[in-house]
Parts: sequence; C-alpha cells; structure tokens
Amino acid sequence: MSPSISPTTLAPKVSSTPEPGALAEFTQETIALTQRLFIQLQRRPSTLVAGVIQPMMWLILFGALFTNAPQSLFGPDVHYGQFLAPGVIVFTAFSGALNAGLPVMFDREFGFLNRLLVAPLASRYSIVAASTIYIITLAFIQTVVIIGASAALGAGLPGVVGLGAIALIVLLIVLGVTALSLGLAFALPGHIELIAVIFVTNLPLLFASTALAPLSFMAPWLRWLAALNPLTYAIEPIRYIYFNAQWSLTSPVMAAPWGDLNFGVMLAVLLAFDVVVLLMIQPLLRRRFG
Amino acid sequence: MTAAVVIEHLQKRYGENPAVQDISFIVERGEIFGLLGPNGAGKTTTIRCLCTLAKPDSGRVEVCGISAIQQPKQVRRRLGYVAQEVALDKVLTGRELLRLQAALYHIPRAIAQDRIQELLTALNLTDYADQKTGTYSGGIRRRLDLAAGLLHQPDLLVLDEPTVGLDIESRFVVWEFLRQLKAAGTTVLLTSHYLEEVDALADRLAIIDGGRVIAEGTPSQLKDQVGGDRITLRLREFTPEEEAQKAQHSLNALPFVETVIVNTAQGNSLNLVVQRGSNALPQIQETLTSIGLPIFSLAQARPSLDDVYLAATGRTLMDAELAAASTRDLKKEQKQAMKTT
Repeated sequence: MSPSISPTTLAPKVSSTPEPGALAEFTQETIALTQRLFIQLQRRPSTLVAGVIQPMMWLILFGALFTNAPQSLFGPDVHYGQFLAPGVIVFTAFSGALNAGLPVMFDREFGFLNRLLVAPLASRYSIVAASTIYIITLAFIQTVVIIGASAALGAGLPGVVGLGAIALIVLLIVLGVTALSLGLAFALPGHIELIAVIFVTNLPLLFASTALAPLSFMAPWLRWLAALNPLTYAIEPIRYIYFNAQWSLTSPVMAAPWGDLNFGVMLAVLLAFDVVVLLMIQPLLRRRFG
Repeated sequence: MTAAVVIEHLQKRYGENPAVQDISFIVERGEIFGLLGPNGAGKTTTIRCLCTLAKPDSGRVEVCGISAIQQPKQVRRRLGYVAQEVALDKVLTGRELLRLQAALYHIPRAIAQDRIQELLTALNLTDYADQKTGTYSGGIRRRLDLAAGLLHQPDLLVLDEPTVGLDIESRFVVWEFLRQLKAAGTTVLLTSHYLEEVDALADRLAIIDGGRVIAEGTPSQLKDQVGGDRITLRLREFTPEEEAQKAQHSLNALPFVETVIVNTAQGNSLNLVVQRGSNALPQIQETLTSIGLPIFSLAQARPSLDDVYLAATGRTLMDAELAAASTRDLKKEQKQAMKTT
C-alpha cells in the first residue's frame, strides 16, 4: 500500500455541498440500482435465455398437444396455436414477475441489502422501483419474442394499436405480481420460503386460468375460479385482440359465470388488482423501511 | 463541538435474547475508539443500532449530536459503515460497486469519478478495480469495502471486526490505513475481539461483556487500574513440576510478589504478578540462585488488555470466546441480522 495518501481524500467533508432535490436523489439512486441489475443480467444472461426458451417450449409442445382437435373447438377459424399464444404471453410475464423478489431476498441474505439500508437513500422505494423497472423490461423482451414466434407459427400479428394494448396489459399484470413478490421478499424469513410460495402459486394459477383452455371447457367450480383469477383478466383481452381485427373498450371479451365482461371492465379489474396489491404491501415495506 | 458518538443506556433485545442490556459510551471527535469483547457480547447489535439498521428498545443513540432514532437519514449521511461480513456483488467490478455506492450517497458523477480514483490509489486497489469482486482475496475485499465506506467522506467511520479472517500482512495494511484516516481527522469506531488490535489502534476503548460495558478508558488507564506488572518465568524449557512448585513457594515469600501461578499448560512456566515499579527481576534472580534453580527465560511486562479483561470478568477473553462458540446459534444470528427493525 502506498504510504502517500493525500489528506484531502480522507478528511471528513466539512462543508456540505448544497443538497439536490429529493426527486433528483431518488432518480439517481434508482438509476444506479437498476444499472446494477442490468449489469448482472448482461454478465449472467442465463435467466433471460431460459426465460425465452421456456415460452418457446410452451408454444411448440402445448401447441402440438391439440393439433388434431376439431378446428371449431376454440372458436371459428381458430387453431390451438392461435388460442395458446396470449396464454403464453401472460403466463411468461407472470412467472417472471413472480420471481422478482428472489434477487432482493438474496441481497437480504448476503447482507448486500444492509449496504443499501445504511445509505441515506431519498426513499427506500428506489429499491422497489429498480426491481420493477428491471422485471418489466424483461417481460417486454419476452413478450416481443413470443409474439414474433407465434406469428411465425401462424398465430397472426395484431396491429399497432393492438400491440400497444398488449403492452399495457402486460405492464398491468407484471406491476401487480412484481409488487406482490417484492412484498413477500421482505416479509418471508428466507429464500426457501419464497421459493416454496412461488412453487405453489405458479402452476396452479396457470391451470386455474384461461391460458390453456377456454372457460366453457371447465367444470363449473373451476370456471368460477378462473373467472376470478387476475391472469384471466390479462389473457382474455389479449386473446380478443388476436382473434378480432376490430375491438374497442366495449367489446364483450369474457363470458364469466355471472355475466359478460367487456374490454374496459377487464382493464379496470387489472388496475384494481395492482392498486389492491400495492396497498397490501405498504405495511410490509413500511415496517422494513421505517 | 458535540461528541462524534453518544450512546446512553442502550437496550435491545431480539425476542427472548437480550443482546444489549445497558451500554453507554462516548466517542470524541477525531479519536479511534475500540469496542472490545468476545463474540456474542453485544458489539454488533450496538453497531447496528448506531448505523440505523436496528431500532433500540430504549436509550439514546446520537452521531454528531443527531439522534439515530429520530433522524436516521441525517445520521446515515455522516457515517460510513464497514460491515463484518463484506457483502460485495460478486458480478460487479470494484469500480462498478464504488460507482453504485457513490450514487446511493448522491455524490455528483464527476466528483465521484475523481474520488473513486483517489481512494483506489490510496488503498492500492488500482490493479483490481476492473476485475469482478468475486475474484478478490479477503484482504482486497476488505480494502474495497473500506473505500466504499469512505466515498462520501463521512465524519465517522464504523468498522465491525475490520480484520477478522485477514492474514497478518493485510491486517497491518488496514491498521496503517486507519491511523492515516485518524490523522486526516476522521473519527473511527471499531469493534474487535482481538486484544492486540484494540491495543495497537484505539485511543480509548470500552470492554463489553454480556451486553454491558464493564470497563472504559484509554488502554494504559485500564492497564493501570489492573495494577501490577506481569512476569513470566521459565526455569527450563520444560520444567519438572517439583522444581516449579519449589520456585513458587520461595517466590511467594518475596514482599513485592502478589501472586504466583504455575502454568501447567505452558511447560510449568511461572506467571507472577508483582507490584508496579518494584525492582523485581534482580531479586527474583537472586532468590532462585540461592535455592539452586536455573533460569531459562525471565520477562517482565505491563499488564495486557487480556489481564484487564480477566480482572473485570474473571475469565480470559479466550475462555469467553470458547464458551460463546459452544452456545452460539449461528443460523439464528443470521436470521437476526436479516431483520432491519
């Protein structure tokens, strides 16, 4: 070690520079934390690679499962590949979002989170914001790949407005589920418990939704369950966009057991889901973040 | 100017475990203050309360006159924290980690760039700055963590066991750096269960045991309080027990000798406590010659901090360490460390 250290480097700061605004501080720390997640992704891309391969498997394997089903079964002029694509888009985004809490949990376990918590963060919600930005970006990359692959497999390609609507729906479902997962990452004792929760949530929510089969195929009790499942509220509008060149907020999208729901209502339910989750995790985060 | 740290009647329990019962001490500006005690004594919990990672159950915790309980963000600005287990993101390079740290302390980019470079140079880390931290050795990790703790030029640097697990050379590098830091005007608070570390570095120290401060002062004050000088005597490299006992008997009769112990664990060497300032060595030599016993080695020393610890607790730091090790639940402690409230 060099013995010549300029005392100015080491001396405590006597005069404090003028404090930038809280918003500027929040932006600075959020960008830095997001950057860290993307550097990790760039150097360890296996999560993203697997996250792209998995929906491909769903499309190809599941698509082939019902190749010989009668053409009219899923709707007029609809083959199963077309029916499946919206389900895979939503399920993939959902799984990614459900895992959002894991890196935070590992930061807790390895003590890296303490490094963030002893820093004078403008708001500790920057930790939450960074994870959310990261997960949403991943979900969008996956969605683009799935839409492209489905088009190549013959599912067709929605118009520009349709694609915009799909982006909005993916955003809404990812936001709520990411918040839920991050809340759990702060509430549960360790990663074992978090993985257990992810494990028991992931596939059951898939099968209790309209991702793989329409409501009309299901036992009455499951039909109720699927019609209450947030995933269904993301899948059905996207499916409607895929099946109908013409759509609007008043288009009847889903025949729930209690009546028809239109496009606008479906979006409103997704938004309400996000609001409820965000309110639910507030006390958890506040307890941790003081 | 207010003191750098004021801790008064701090109490903190985790469930049933009273980690800190009643701890009070003051750290003056510009000094190196040591918290000494065996593992499990409550040092880390005290530090966690000071660094706003844990909320005390009761008591006063202030940094530069600012309450860590009421104004945690103000305290975080003034304080650099180097944790016991260095948590680096192993995928990031050292420089990337420092940049992240700089942003978390809201240092403007251009200033951060310069300061990172200065600290990398000062800590001799330039060669490693662009390698991933996952490839670092323990000493380099610790130095990087020191740099991270100093980026925002804090008034107070808090280090939890700064040299635990380091080789001797790295340990001296850290010590030397902390001395330079002090010379530049930074207040340093460190915990340690190494006696020689606190002895070598600290201007003042508090000894903590069982969640309480049991002694406080400068190292020499504390040693003076224990009183007496320590003499270690070996008759032969391996002394027969009868010879050692014979010497013990004769030496005990000398007026300036307070105690004589035969240390069977160390080849029956004799440990004596004698009055300070007595001209003990020649008289011991004379006594031994008169009863026909040889001298292999004879050394006089001021009491060590271990003697201070022994006098205060009735056990040596080593014993306390071993006792703590057998009753510790490391898993539980990790769980505690994860809790932020």
